[in-house]
Amino acid sequence: MPPILVIARLTIQETSRRRLILALIILTLIVVGFSAWGFNKITTVTNSEGATLPAQQVALITSQLLIVVTFMYSGVLALSAAVVAGPLISSEVESGLLLSMLARPLRRSEVVIGKWLGLAVLIAMYAAGSATLELAAVDWATGYLPPHPVQLVLYVGAEGLVLLSLGLALSTRLSGITGGVIALVAWLMGWIAGVVGDVGTGLQNQAIENVGVVSHLLLPTDGLWRGAIYALEPDAFLATLRAAGTVARANPFAQVDPPPISFLAWVVLWFALMLGLSIWSFRTREI
Amino acid sequence: MTVPRGEVFGFLGPNGAGKTTSVKLLLGLLKPTSGEASLLGRPIGDLNTRRRIGYLPELFRYQGWLSATEVLALHCELAPLPRSSWNDEIASALDTVGLTDRAKDRVSTFSKGMQQRLGLAAALLGEPELVFLDEPTSALDPVGRHDVREIIRGLASRGTAVFLNSHLLSEVEQVCDRVAVVDHGRVIASGTMDELLSGTAVKVRVEGLDPAARGKLSSFGDLDDEGDQLTFTKLKPERVPDLVAAIVALGGRVYEVAPRHQTLEDRFLQLLEAEEK
Repeated sequence: MPPILVIARLTIQETSRRRLILALIILTLIVVGFSAWGFNKITTVTNSEGATLPAQQVALITSQLLIVVTFMYSGVLALSAAVVAGPLISSEVESGLLLSMLARPLRRSEVVIGKWLGLAVLIAMYAAGSATLELAAVDWATGYLPPHPVQLVLYVGAEGLVLLSLGLALSTRLSGITGGVIALVAWLMGWIAGVVGDVGTGLQNQAIENVGVVSHLLLPTDGLWRGAIYALEPDAFLATLRAAGTVARANPFAQVDPPPISFLAWVVLWFALMLGLSIWSFRTREI
Repeated sequence: MTVPRGEVFGFLGPNGAGKTTSVKLLLGLLKPTSGEASLLGRPIGDLNTRRRIGYLPELFRYQGWLSATEVLALHCELAPLPRSSWNDEIASALDTVGLTDRAKDRVSTFSKGMQQRLGLAAALLGEPELVFLDEPTSALDPVGRHDVREIIRGLASRGTAVFLNSHLLSEVEQVCDRVAVVDHGRVIASGTMDELLSGTAVKVRVEGLDPAARGKLSSFGDLDDEGDQLTFTKLKPERVPDLVAAIVALGGRVYEVAPRHQTLEDRFLQLLEAEEK
């Protein structure tokens, strides 16, 4: 097996043996169970005349609640990615674990890429698995399915990969705690900067709007989250948003347009740059 | 400085002298700011050369969530050794370091000494041509230290060069063919044990010598003056009667004369003192 795949396998094996995967599966099943129960309640809610809500209204409420639930999932994924990636290299350098391994014919770039790959596989599996379970539960509870489930998984998964890449890059130089905290704060600041950008859009103020644009370029998590929101919005809701004009764009939990292709191309380039930076940083570090 | 194949080479020095740094430089774990070196005929940093090298780091740590066998299998895979040889290699390495009965246990349950034994087993995989052992007995009990000495002798007998970093000078003295003493990143002495330990130290218990008289004894070589006790750190045995006669002639009363062969520790301290001056 090529060294990159050995390191990737080792990374997956470690998270599994440390029971992180088991903990995430149990927590996800609990959340899915509770949310299924909650979503089911929407279908039993009655209006002032004692009648249950019409299907369209159920779909609309469900779609909005599903966006909030997905925000929680993306938060769990981002948090897990940052916390796990933060010490990925630094802890093994500090403990001396990498010393005997790097004395083998193993390149430092192979360590970096292997670790990234191992966690990327876990993130992709978690994004796909949790989305499938949650959407199946919502479908069972309300009969509603979002319009673009595959894109949803891709956007949420990519958001986790961004945090993984940032955490890994920081891990080549900083201690695990410091790297993890920086990655988390960056993620939150990116989201808030996105909200600020929305306010700029609502106010038609280019300078404030640019805060969001720049933050999306520096850390594409919020830009990808917007893609996830778009994937969850039913056509009827999108039509309402578009009719409302710029005011509708000032909502951090609503998205009128999908992320532009140029942004997605930048995300791909961002991954390449961040991995390149991680490799360079680790190769030039004394261990 | 050259370490030939099949030789056990001791690398000595005080804390912070640069011993571990030297090993890391040779293994390509650190990049030199200047100078050059080669391992097994190839410049340092060459990836293929590392296939033929074993290394036990001073800071030894292995995946606690793997079993001893799994850790060694990982090293077989990274080495890389043919998969068909893994079982034999792992069984032999575990047997050599005395961990056969703990092969399936998680490393997290191992004591520090057992982890060091595991590190030694990893360094022995694939019959390397050169083995770096950085303080290989720091966590071991006397039995473990004896075992490591036997392992080092075994490696040397089959033609493997051993580069041994150690603070335990008696250990180095017992197993090394040659040694080098390093201080502040510079080799201050090197040679075979015989070359390095020439001469005898002579301890004399004496009274009645004033400072001027003690000064006149400088012709008998370096003197370690501790009041009643004078130690001549490098004196040939045949000069001992002359020394006693000189002390008596200077008015001194001799109570005890104890010649003893210089140990590596004596020589080591002597070299470091000379370096400080």
